Amino acid sequence: MRGGKNSNTVGLFQMFGFVLSSAAIAAAAKTTAPPLSPTNIFAPASTPAKSIFGLSIFVLAVTAAIFIVVFILLAYSVVKFRKRNNDDGREPPQVYGSNQVEIAWTVIPILIVVALFMATARVIADIQKASPSADAVEVVVIGHQFWWEYRYPGLHVVTANELHVPVSDPQHPTPTFIKLLSADTDHSFWVPRLAGKTDLIPNHPNSMWIDPHDAGLYLGQCAQYCGTQHAKMLLRVYVEPRDEFDRWIQLQRQPAATSDAVYEGRRVFQTTACISCHTVAGTVANGRFGPDLTHLMSRETIAAGAAPNTPENLRLWIQKPEAIKPGSLMPAMELTDRELDAVTAYLETLK
Amino acid sequence: MSTDSVTWPQAETSAHPFVDRLHEWVTTVDHKRLGILYIGYALVFLVIGGIEAGIIRIQLIRAHNDFVSPQVFNRMFTMHGTTMIFFVVMPLVFGFANYLIPLMIGARDMAFPRLNAFSFWLTAFGGLLLYFSLIGANGLYGAGNAPDVGWFAYAPLTSRTFSVGHSTDFWTLGLLVSGFGSIGTAINILATVLCMRCPGMSLGKMPLLAWLNLVMAGLVILAVSPLTAAQLMLLVDRYLGGHFFDTQAGGSAVIWMHFFWIFGHPEVYVLVIPAFAFASEIIPVFSRKAIFGYPVMVAATICIGFIGMSVWAHHMFTVGMSSNANTFFVLSTMAIAVPTGIKIFNWLATMWGGKIEFKTPMLFCIAFLFQFLIAGLTGIMLSVAPFNWQLGSSYFVVAHFHYVIVGAIMFATFGAFYYWFPKMSGKMYNETLGKLHFWLFLIGFHLTFDFMHIPGLLGMPRRIYTYEPGRGWDIWNLIVTIGVFFQALGIMVFVANLLWSYFKGKAAGSDPWDAWTLEWSTNSPPPVYNFASIPEVKSRRPLWDLKHPADPDWKYE
Repeated sequence: MRGGKNSNTVGLFQMFGFVLSSAAIAAAAKTTAPPLSPTNIFAPASTPAKSIFGLSIFVLAVTAAIFIVVFILLAYSVVKFRKRNNDDGREPPQVYGSNQVEIAWTVIPILIVVALFMATARVIADIQKASPSADAVEVVVIGHQFWWEYRYPGLHVVTANELHVPVSDPQHPTPTFIKLLSADTDHSFWVPRLAGKTDLIPNHPNSMWIDPHDAGLYLGQCAQYCGTQHAKMLLRVYVEPRDEFDRWIQLQRQPAATSDAVYEGRRVFQTTACISCHTVAGTVANGRFGPDLTHLMSRETIAAGAAPNTPENLRLWIQKPEAIKPGSLMPAMELTDRELDAVTAYLETLK
Repeated sequence: MSTDSVTWPQAETSAHPFVDRLHEWVTTVDHKRLGILYIGYALVFLVIGGIEAGIIRIQLIRAHNDFVSPQVFNRMFTMHGTTMIFFVVMPLVFGFANYLIPLMIGARDMAFPRLNAFSFWLTAFGGLLLYFSLIGANGLYGAGNAPDVGWFAYAPLTSRTFSVGHSTDFWTLGLLVSGFGSIGTAINILATVLCMRCPGMSLGKMPLLAWLNLVMAGLVILAVSPLTAAQLMLLVDRYLGGHFFDTQAGGSAVIWMHFFWIFGHPEVYVLVIPAFAFASEIIPVFSRKAIFGYPVMVAATICIGFIGMSVWAHHMFTVGMSSNANTFFVLSTMAIAVPTGIKIFNWLATMWGGKIEFKTPMLFCIAFLFQFLIAGLTGIMLSVAPFNWQLGSSYFVVAHFHYVIVGAIMFATFGAFYYWFPKMSGKMYNETLGKLHFWLFLIGFHLTFDFMHIPGLLGMPRRIYTYEPGRGWDIWNLIVTIGVFFQALGIMVFVANLLWSYFKGKAAGSDPWDAWTLEWSTNSPPPVYNFASIPEVKSRRPLWDLKHPADPDWKYE
């Protein structure tokens, strides 16, 4: 996003990084599939996360240096000035203070603080003051208990729980700008390899941006306690090459599939409470309380990432949500086995 | 009154029936008894809060564990946090302040003994009210039980919409009531330190413990008041149709955050400054040297108090403040590292050139220094707003503040327990058990909280009742949980030591540490009136002057 000046700073900070014992963790940044964790903050793959990484290595270097100096002083004092066995029993010389050393250990920390502050202020400005370019993709993320709603206002796409964004080539950046809203309580959008977290707060719209440099699946999860199932409000961001992303958008804009083979399931779906909460575009189902199901089958997971999207899981989820995500707001639908099979079959056609 | 009534032998009074003795404790206005009540009450809650922590850690020992349900887990971390802050560390701080301040400034009691008793009982009832939620919060909906909104209870999760039943009300009322108690005690400490000092003890000759508690008390008044206001606003929202935090009716969730953290961050200093106070008394005595840079230590503490009031929004770097606001709070937060660093250097300089005795209180204080250093450095990392966007609300933050609260505050407080136990009980504690406690707790602490930083760096958010496998978090969580058992063992040894020493320990005498402040000049335990005659002092170390008439401190101060 930003000019070369910033990436030079990042390079400088990275040099500091290898001095540290945390270099092992930092080295994970070099590989696309981080060995330690898919959510390692030291494996950035997008400009905001990379700026933070560069700054954090600088901060780690400074704090490590302070730690080493003070720890050596402490260890030396403890060993050198311990009471010996052959102690003469007299009190040591009493020293009450010294203005010179007090000034020294006031001024030096002030200088360190100034340096840290300047580096920090610059990264804050770099990340927070970026504004969307013409090529930017805009997404509105709405946090719900306990799932994510994604709306692409310019592209007329609504989906849930699995966010798709295009790869952003640093030469021709196509960043994604994300507007963060909440339908109920506080949430926080955190995909560590792409950017730091930003909260979703009702009545308090926030924004953030990402520009992932490599295709792939990036994981994260809600990072602000939002109620019973805060733990299973998982984030999956699919970063795709531009053409693949465009194809995905085309697919999502299609109306819902209708097949007479699943007439029974569609009837059950449309005549029970399902439609109060879920939308299937082009049908009577237009609820907004739960995820949009128009293209449910294009998603790899259900229940905000809590389970793989298989027919068995889907059936279990409708029959007994508690089994997958206790405390979720999806009610058990109390359907007969036959109705369950029919509804599952219907949902299976929503490609 | 006849003369023989005051010459009754000691044995006669201790043979009072139990009910009489209980009555004496319940109705006491003596600062020493109230101090011990505060401390005993805190120890009971320490065990309860520790059990809650154990449940949390067992649940997180592996991915997809189902030891407890998400509902129970959420209640556990809410109760653990609330209990430990408000009903363990606060009462410990107030208990030691109550017990020690009058003795150290040569007074016979606190300025307002009845207010003192009233404040203690308010705090005690606050804790009981919080725990009464376990049986009283079900309400009509039946979903009550203990509060489950987190210890900082962000709006709108606390609104009637999202928190049905009465659990949040018990949380609010418990904190409201104990908050009044805290303010009462703070007023009492301020008045005592400012008005009750013995002849000769100018402000500049007070023991550092009195100075630091003076700053702490000032902070309590400034910090607890906004919390009280916020709790009242929340009650208005929940019961009188107010919309302060009701986002569905145009209220603001962010306002609650500001209210809470303008309490919450100074609260950290309320808790840690008394820990500094313990270290500032214990380190000199076991290094056999006067505290280095007394005036600078006082100035640094006041500085921390002032700056500490202007850093609260560093808890809110992720809520979407403007870049200017973020930058301001980065600067103020980093600035606080300077006076804090000064304090660490002054403690080191106090040890420098001394003759350090590794008695249990000193071991705890050395560990305090080491751990507070690390806590401060991870604090600097968190003060860097962009780094905080990654680290905030992750297990890194959880590890950081446990480093402060356990690694610094609790370690210094354990040091204080061992240091003043001979004074409070008249008995010497068992040194071997004390050291066993120290090493068990040290190993447990580092296993738990060192390794807890790592899942945070690997993207694990706090307050999740379970986590997905394959995130690289499993092994670290296992180690963290193992550490808890060592800590629990350490606490058992500690309690056993206190009980055993109280009943079977050797008499300690009035001055077992060859120390220098006034509390060591009276009997152990001190009589009700503390001092037979009010002492007069000429320096910060009156007992040093007495013990070294040829080389008294007042010649140099």
